[in-house]
Amino acid sequence: MEELLDILKDMKPGVQFENEANLIDDGILDSLDVMNLSVILNDEYDIEITPLDIIPENFKSIESIYALITRLQED
Amino acid sequence: MKNILEYLEYSTELYKDKIAFTDEENELSYRKCLNDSKRIGTYLLKLNKKRKPIAVLMDKNVESLTCFFGIVYSGNFYVVIDSKMPQDRIQKIFETLEPIALITDHKYEELATSLHQHVCIYEDMMSTSINEEKLQMIRNQMIDTDPLYALFTSGSTGIPKGVVISHRNVITYANWFVNTFDINNHTQFGSQTPFYFSMSVSDVFSTILTGATLHILPKKLFSFPVKLFEYMNKKKVNTIYWVPSALCIIANLKVLDYVDLPYLEKVLFAGEVMPTKQLNYWIKKKPHLMYANLFGPTETTDICTYYIVDRAFKDDESLPIGKACQNCDVFLLDENNQEVLDQSEGELCVRGSFLAMGYYNNLLKTKEAFIQNPLNHSYPEMIYRTGDLVKYNDRGELIYITRKDFQIKHMGYRIELGEIETAVSSLEKIQSSVVIYDRKQDKIVLIYVGKISEEDIMKGISQKIPQYMYPQIFIKTRNLPYNQNGKIDRKWLNDHYLELKEKK
Repeated sequence: MEELLDILKDMKPGVQFENEANLIDDGILDSLDVMNLSVILNDEYDIEITPLDIIPENFKSIESIYALITRLQED
Repeated sequence: MKNILEYLEYSTELYKDKIAFTDEENELSYRKCLNDSKRIGTYLLKLNKKRKPIAVLMDKNVESLTCFFGIVYSGNFYVVIDSKMPQDRIQKIFETLEPIALITDHKYEELATSLHQHVCIYEDMMSTSINEEKLQMIRNQMIDTDPLYALFTSGSTGIPKGVVISHRNVITYANWFVNTFDINNHTQFGSQTPFYFSMSVSDVFSTILTGATLHILPKKLFSFPVKLFEYMNKKKVNTIYWVPSALCIIANLKVLDYVDLPYLEKVLFAGEVMPTKQLNYWIKKKPHLMYANLFGPTETTDICTYYIVDRAFKDDESLPIGKACQNCDVFLLDENNQEVLDQSEGELCVRGSFLAMGYYNNLLKTKEAFIQNPLNHSYPEMIYRTGDLVKYNDRGELIYITRKDFQIKHMGYRIELGEIETAVSSLEKIQSSVVIYDRKQDKIVLIYVGKISEEDIMKGISQKIPQYMYPQIFIKTRNLPYNQNGKIDRKWLNDHYLELKEKK
């Protein structure tokens, strides 16, 4: 989770990701951010996020992103 | 026809309650669109001004379209303001533009009131009764060279320039667009580009020319491509005209491996260079569609040349920009203002009815870019110098080389940064890339996103470009900066690329 937080802060400096539960609805992550983040996560965690995983529910908070990574690593 | 509203009225007569525009929440039939526009037009008559700018600050929705047409009904012209734009920039635009009023809706009322003293609220204007007689009086006074809208583009000095486009410009341009791409009353556009960007003009006006339907695609869906495709399929979208960045999102994530777009027939793109690798993904998945590369600046309404993809291209080949649009002429000038007639490179120049009227309240910049045709000494004839370097290939197609400003002199060689970009972006692991030139250090800088090492990039491009073109500084980053139109922000990168370097 620490590492993921670093990645997110690197991408969007100044955002308190720990306290955000609505990253998408609040407009903190826009369309290109979600795309970029998926590419980075694939790279860093050696997973394959497919378009089917790219839905708002999986990106709404740092916890949900972490859960997505964990699930894909187990697959 | 001489006024764009005549097309709206004509299509309304033919198609009546057919849906003209939709967004996520609402839809607008031709009849309702026309009536709402007339209400707004009637309301604005009390301003008692002609050919003056009226700004619109609203989200990209169907209501904003009726505001644009309503402003035209009132005898004035519209200027779309991006609600996400920094206030500072809006103020700069207003200093140049001096709009006589600002239209907004309840959502942006507060922001609008802080920007302008004369704010008109959409919801209030809707209760106006239409005054056909007065609207007709205004119409009778209008001619086809009157301004229809102005679009603000970023100027190199930091002061935005407002390109003034007339009814004549859009009518000539949209007729070419409609004829070339066979836009008709069966067309269902999936609109991606913002209304403050010239590309949207093609979708919007070819819709009202032909009685087609335009679906505004919710911006947030571009984050979630499967949902985007489901939305497009629900609306039966068959024609898209997007920026390459949006098409690349689909290709990079291989979305078409998972969901199909069964209704899609035409894929048009413009605004920046379409990387061939990503286009090839689309063609592989959807081989029977029409793909077309459109090219041009806002100053020629939207486009001046185009190429319909008619053969296969390798990932490291770039697409031609083709030939001049119908009723638009292009030619190449060399550094001495002589016409280039062989295959050497020259600056692309445009003449004809696509040419904008100039920059609003900026005679100086207008005179720099819109000049007397240096090949014509016999009568006044304006041409527009695009600042783009191009050349003809063996097939007689125009090939885009680079912006004049992007051509650099490095170690005695003349180098096109675009050529390096094409080589890099053809590599399999590269997601996106941009090459800039650090003038102070005399270094070529490659900034890229992708799971690939510097060594592998060098190995890959050494087959494609000569040594003197090799990038000397590599910046692997997690996110490239994009400007408000969704294009890579090269201007920002020039001074700030070091900030992107990953902290390890």
